[in-house]
Parts: sequence; C-alpha cells; structure tokens
Amino acid sequence: MAPIVSVRDLTKTYAGGFTALDGVSLDIEEGEIIALLGPNGAGKTTLISTICGITMPTGGTVEVGGHDVVRDWRRARDLIGLVPQEIALEPFSTVWNNVRFTRGLFDRPRDDAHLERLLRDLSLWEKRDAKVMELSGGMKRRVLIAKALSHGPRILFLDEPTAGVDVELRRDMWRVVERLRGEGVTIILTTHYIEEAEAIADRIGVISKGRIMLVERTEDLMRRLGRKELRIELAEPVETLPDTLRREGLERVDGGQALVYTYDTHAERTGITALLADLQAAGLQLADLSTSNSSLEEIFVGLVKEDAA
Amino acid sequence: MNFGAVSAIYRAEMARFFRTLLQSFISPVISTSLYFVVFGSAIGGRIQEVEGIPYAAFIVPGLVMLSVMTQATSNASFAIYFPKFIGTMYEYLSAPISFFEVTLGFVGAAATKALFIGLVILATATLFVDLTILHPVSMLAFLILTCISFSLLGFIIGIWAKNFEQLQLIPLLVITPLVFLGGSFYSISMLPPAWQVVTRFNPVVYLISGFRWSFFGQADVPIGVSLLAISGFTALCLGIIWLIFRTGWRIRS
Repeated sequence: MAPIVSVRDLTKTYAGGFTALDGVSLDIEEGEIIALLGPNGAGKTTLISTICGITMPTGGTVEVGGHDVVRDWRRARDLIGLVPQEIALEPFSTVWNNVRFTRGLFDRPRDDAHLERLLRDLSLWEKRDAKVMELSGGMKRRVLIAKALSHGPRILFLDEPTAGVDVELRRDMWRVVERLRGEGVTIILTTHYIEEAEAIADRIGVISKGRIMLVERTEDLMRRLGRKELRIELAEPVETLPDTLRREGLERVDGGQALVYTYDTHAERTGITALLADLQAAGLQLADLSTSNSSLEEIFVGLVKEDAA
Repeated sequence: MNFGAVSAIYRAEMARFFRTLLQSFISPVISTSLYFVVFGSAIGGRIQEVEGIPYAAFIVPGLVMLSVMTQATSNASFAIYFPKFIGTMYEYLSAPISFFEVTLGFVGAAATKALFIGLVILATATLFVDLTILHPVSMLAFLILTCISFSLLGFIIGIWAKNFEQLQLIPLLVITPLVFLGGSFYSISMLPPAWQVVTRFNPVVYLISGFRWSFFGQADVPIGVSLLAISGFTALCLGIIWLIFRTGWRIRS
C-alpha cells in the first residue's frame, strides 16, 4: 500500500541561511503512530510545518494521500489536522465558535453532534460557552486538539502535545489518540517525553540537525539497542572481585556494596545463570536483585552523541 | 472554491464587530455629530453656501467618506494583523484555502462594517440637515467601491505591519491628511490656483468629488474621472495583494 505521507529529499533553508531540513526522506503508513524525537532545533517542527503547508520547501517533495503539498495543496491539506506547539487561539471567541470556525475553514458542513462528542472526549463540554481567554493553559491546549480534529482529519500532527501538560490532560489526550488509532487515523507526534513515544508509537524516528538518523519499529529499536542491567546488592561489601567472578560487563559499584552486570537481552546467552552460580561458589551473600532497561532516552542521547563525534 | 471557509472567516469577523456593536455604532455617531456642531453650525453660520449648497449639507458626503475610509482601512488592517499577532495565522496557512478566499472573507467583512458605519453616519446627518440624494444608485456604488478598495488597502497594511505602531502609521499619516485635504469640507475651486493643481494628485479628491456629485449633481472633477480613479485604485490594491500572495511575503516562510 502506498504510504499516506511520503517525504522525499526534503530540504528547507530559511532566508537567513539556516538549514533546518537537510535531505529528509520518510514514508508514513496509513493508520500508524509515529513519534519524531530530537533535540530542540533538530528540525521536527519545520518538518511538520512543511508537510502542513505553513512553510515552503526549498527542495524535495512531500505527498500527502498521493497529493503533492505544493501543486495539489488543497487536497493534501484537506486530510490534515495540526496541533501546533505554541498555544495560539482567538481569545475573544468561545470554545464552541473556535472549534466550529476551524471546521468551516475545511469546508465541512455543520455537524454539532461531532463537535459535541469531541468536546466531551476532551472534557471541554462544560466550557463550550466560555471565552478562550478565560481558560487555563491546559484547557487551551485541549481546544487546540479539538480544533485540529473538528473536520475529521485522516492524518493528525501533534507538535509536542504534552509539553507542560498535567497528568489528567495527558491521560485524556492518549485516550483520544487510542480512539483515533482505532478509527485508522495516522498520527505523527513530536515529543520530549520519550517514555510516551515508547508507549504509544508504532515507529520512532530520530531527527538531529535536520536529518533523519533512523526510523524503526519501536520494539525493534528497543531490542536492537536495548540492554539490561542486573544489580546485585550484597550482604557484605567486597573489597576486590575474586578472579572467578571477573568477566566482561560486571562492575563493582557503591564501594563494593553492589555489583552491576550489563547484558544483552537478545544474546544467545545472557550469562546470568553462570554469574549467579559463580557468586554462590565464591561464597557471597546476596541481599537483593533488580534489573532495569536502558531507556529510549539513553539510546537517543547515545545516538545524537555518536552523530556529533 | 472553498465557500465554507470564506463564510467562516466572514462570520467570525462580523461576530467580532457585533461583540463591540456599541463602540462600533456610538463612536461614529458621536464624532459625526461633533463635526456637524463644529463645521455645520459654528463655521456654517459664516459660510452659508458652497456652490449653491448649504454648507452643512455640503460636508455630509465628505464626512461619510472620511469615516468610511478610515474605518475600512483600520478594520481590515487589524483583522489580518491580529492572527499574525496572536499566532493563529498557522490555521489559515494549513487549511485548504487559497489566499484569494482568505482575502474575500476578511475584506468582505471589513467592507461590510465600513458600509454599515457609512450608512449610520448618513442617517445621523439627516438629523442635522435636509438631504436629497439626486443619484442614489451612483451614491451606493461609490460608497461600496470605497468600502472595498480601502478595505483592500487596509488588508495590505495589516500584512505589511510588524507591530501595532506600523498598523496605525499609514491611516494616521496618509489617509487622514489626504481626506482632510481632499475636499471633505470645502470645494477645490475655493483654493488658490496653485493648490488646485497640487490637489489633483490627491486620489481622495476624486472619490469625494464623485460621491458628492451623487448627492448634489455637482463635482470638482468629471464623474467619469472619479469612477476611473476609484476603479484604478481598487485594481492597484488587488494587484498588490495578488503579488503578496504569489510570493507569500510576510505570510509564509
């Protein structure tokens, strides 16, 4: 099946000479959730803005639903809903009118039932007659999401939707995202909350300095780069490691109070059984055991560092 | 053509107008009344007649034009500057609407508001003077064309402006002087010959003259020239807007 968003060799150089996108290519399949990760200034927002028609590409092409965003912009934009990073809303108009206005911009007939469901899903229904200027920051962000969904887009862009957002809103938002996923809506989000990308995205793309460094299925990425650590708390600290225990990946930490063993979860042998047997043979008393994943954040930081090196 | 979007923009802009209906309504009524008190009664008491028309009646077309031009310009410039200022411009750029449709929505609303205010002032004027309108169709045509062309001008100013000062600058420094020096309160023939020549370069002269002709059948310049001038001005504004949209100047990076 043809991808619903197809980005080819996209470059964007701003008038000041700054290159925000440097040959980006990316295919997004219909119905998937893809998270774009990258440090500030990596080009995430520029990429989204160019796909949505807010900035014009310097080179390369973008197709949305098979329509070129520059030549066939009307049909391309018709499919898209955008939740921008910054809160920008008409302050003097009510929540209801704000959302209805956006639906009008997309030339959709009036559909109060659809808007009501949207506002209820986002816990905005009680505030529908309130002026936007009277709302809290979190509420305003909900309005932005409602606007973006007002015309029933096939593709939803969320530009750092959870930056500075409370737990409740985040929960509401992910519930809406889950529902949209069920309806087959394609979702592209940028985020700094890496656990969230890990939790909801089917695929993860990493952007740095205007280039896509990798795009992989979330679990593949985790598997490929995922290492685990086994932390062994000892009953008595050890001054030095007995020779029988010395091996790759094992370190003495906290002044000998604990040992940390790093291993690859997908290797043929993790070496855990042998290590535990050797510990027992060496006569060491274990107080506790714990394991932890290396998070996506560490992977990400590692990738960007590799690139800088 | 995305008529839904044009109508959404138009209705949102008109809603803004109706939210502040009292201010929109009262301020032109008060300022017009003041003009009548000052120019009509105080000065009119000495001038009596201009070209056979009672002075208080003579200034009505100029007063209407003065308000319509400033209202159309400031309404349209504010309307398009506001989304730039609060950051909602992204919505217009990412929606399936052409710049032509955006212009139609904004300029249509600004022109409607200016027309409304023009008619209010005209109605207020009838409280002070006896008015007969010789050519009502031509009067309405001039009024509507002026509303549209100056809304287009305001739209250009709103796109150009980078801050509120610039937004005020052109109406203050250009439009108000041109209107005051354009024969709003006097006939061009009352000026010394040298100034009459200078005045011919003021585009507003042609609008006020044509508008006044619709009321009294008398004009400083031939009515055909007036029509040509307002049409030319509208075309010029449309051309500039077309150019702005072609290049995305100050709108799309």
